[in-house]
Amino acid sequence: MTDHYIVSSSPHIRSDKTVDKIMRDVIIALMPATIFGIYNFGPRALLIVVLCIISSIGSEALFQFITKRKISINDYSAVVTGLLLALNLPHTVPWWIPVMGSVVAIIIVKQLFGGLGQNFMNPALGARAFLLVSFAGLMTRWELDGVTTATPLGILKEGGSSLPSIADTFFGFIGGCIGETSAIALLIGGIYLLIRKIINWRVPVFFIGTVFVLSLLISGRGFDINYAAYQIFSGGLMIGAIYMATDYSSSPMTKTGQIIMGLGCGILTAVIRIYGSYPEGVSFAIIIMNLFVPLIDRFTIPKAFGEVAKNEK
Amino acid sequence: MGALTFKRGIHPSHSKDFTEKKPIKIYMPKGDLVFPMLQHIGAPCKPLVKKGDNVLVGQKIGEPQGFVSSPIHATVSGTVKAIKDVLHPNGSKVQGIVIENDGEYTEIDTMIARKDYKNLSREEIINIIKEAGIVGMGGATFPTFIKLSPPPEKKIDHIIVNGAECEPYLTSDHRIMLEETDRVVKGLQIILHLFPDAKGFIGIEDNKPDAIKAMKEATKGISNITVATLKTKYPQGAEKQLIYSITKREVPAGALPADVGCIVQNIDTVVAIHRAVLRGRPLMRRIVTVSGGAIKEPQNFKVRIGTSYRELIEAAGGFKEEPTKVISGGPMMGLALFSLDVPVIKGSSSILCLTKKEAIQNEESNCIRCGKCVSICPMNLLPYKLNTLAINNEDDLFVKYKGMNCIECGACSYICPSNRHLTHSIRTTKRTIMAKKKK
Repeated sequence: MTDHYIVSSSPHIRSDKTVDKIMRDVIIALMPATIFGIYNFGPRALLIVVLCIISSIGSEALFQFITKRKISINDYSAVVTGLLLALNLPHTVPWWIPVMGSVVAIIIVKQLFGGLGQNFMNPALGARAFLLVSFAGLMTRWELDGVTTATPLGILKEGGSSLPSIADTFFGFIGGCIGETSAIALLIGGIYLLIRKIINWRVPVFFIGTVFVLSLLISGRGFDINYAAYQIFSGGLMIGAIYMATDYSSSPMTKTGQIIMGLGCGILTAVIRIYGSYPEGVSFAIIIMNLFVPLIDRFTIPKAFGEVAKNEK
Repeated sequence: MGALTFKRGIHPSHSKDFTEKKPIKIYMPKGDLVFPMLQHIGAPCKPLVKKGDNVLVGQKIGEPQGFVSSPIHATVSGTVKAIKDVLHPNGSKVQGIVIENDGEYTEIDTMIARKDYKNLSREEIINIIKEAGIVGMGGATFPTFIKLSPPPEKKIDHIIVNGAECEPYLTSDHRIMLEETDRVVKGLQIILHLFPDAKGFIGIEDNKPDAIKAMKEATKGISNITVATLKTKYPQGAEKQLIYSITKREVPAGALPADVGCIVQNIDTVVAIHRAVLRGRPLMRRIVTVSGGAIKEPQNFKVRIGTSYRELIEAAGGFKEEPTKVISGGPMMGLALFSLDVPVIKGSSSILCLTKKEAIQNEESNCIRCGKCVSICPMNLLPYKLNTLAINNEDDLFVKYKGMNCIECGACSYICPSNRHLTHSIRTTKRTIMAKKKK
């Protein structure tokens, strides 16, 4: 009776896909968009990315140290938040914007609500919305190759005529936030996440699909496929639909819930873009839907296996 | 037609290559044999012998008490050394009989072989199976004679033999299908004799193509037996999932397979039925896979019930390295042992000695709401939600969220990236609620 084996409840084996590996996959998926953003906007974009990541990790470690919690920066979740925030900022912002944004994202949106998995909205989006409302001017100053420019969505909103080509829009040679301009780079990362089973197709497909269909139907421009294409390839739709609306903590757990989330985000985005005063509505659409997630989860409980009539054969 | 399957589920690494090509090796016990009086679901047996008695191979030594119970037989000849509390593989202490093996294997004269079973009545066959002490050998150990006697109003049309063996590492059923193919078929034919209106199915996961081939060949020309190829997915061998895969019928919550016209039997149980009916032998042996990264020479053994786990591990060459965990049964649903000094019982399908790397023990962290547990739960439950309700002792909500439907397959805990103890918390809460109900 000298055996000393660990005794615990089954199962005794675990999948090797742990939280840090999931977060690492998200970072890998964001690399094409990040690298393109730095290429497109220059070294200042790199500085913003670095500042965001460092201040996100720093905020998380500092908060957990002060509140005497286990420091969990090695799960890479703060890196993901920092990176996402950076990709959602124009490269023209002053240095304190990334820092302030990271503090808001990590401490207010994430940690004060209980940390990883407990935040009710996407931390990076929460911070972006805060910055957008507080520093609207700084947050919407777009520059490309040193020249002040407008985003395709802004041009469409103002009814301007000097739109970049659809190809430039798809590849990302346009003004905008660091990581949002290249639809192709974001799609490549999205496919990687789908293959790695980090996200599923429901939220992104329903989100982007709804925006596309509504752009065709309610834009008041008739059945303009070209306009709808600009709507889905520019602005924050790709990055929002693939990387932000799919945020685990703030999106529904059930299949039906994920479809509702995608539809809701799509409808709100289209409505804000078409009828609202902002040219872009992705961030607010996702945040509003984030608030409905507990409700959606509650009303989309799947039917358990075996919940059938007893004498049914 | 593609492989049959159920919805959701997981794909753990099979880890069957340790033993899947190793022919079954007969192991003769060296030390004393221990027979716990509880080797089945139901009431424990009462010893029929006392200290100092001589016993013979096949002699009944445990008398069932109550309806749901099953007799226990000596598997060696020798002397009763003691009747005392012994350690059961489930970690508890139960009354048991210790027999000193005389090495003669003198058999009792009541074990008479029969040429045919077709002239036996239904009652006679059921009685043979009952007296032979046959229980479900997949691990649940429910007395087989009860399973084979459903109330007359339940019309049984499917007899399913469970050769899925979806638990990683386990290869005992696989080897039986290869090496005792005809006995599986004969055993199933005996059951079909009891249910003349039923069709027989042998369900096998498609990671065992050789077993599928062997069983198909052996059943060629037998019109009422079909070999069903199943998709390799865990928990394909769970009773309700297996029934769904083969018949597309859902066993209602709280109901039994017989309610949807099905009876499911494990491979080794079917062989035991064959041995009891045609060879007159009670359940005395079973196939045990001894495997895992810590074992020097993993093997499939045919052993006499009562043999010590420690002996079997030594027979498999002992440890290559010190195991972190020793498991009786599969890694998904088996029980962790704290001592190797427990005997093989009727439900012991395997002994797994896992290294630190195999039995990862990571710390539990926050649920990140990734939804993986929801997307894989074979019962379509919300494990993350049940986990929260279990932690907060919200029994009513736990029941409302169908927590009692959980089959404890372990898939949610397996997949959880935060290492949440989902299965454990749900299992514990189920037990508490059931215990409260009984009061």
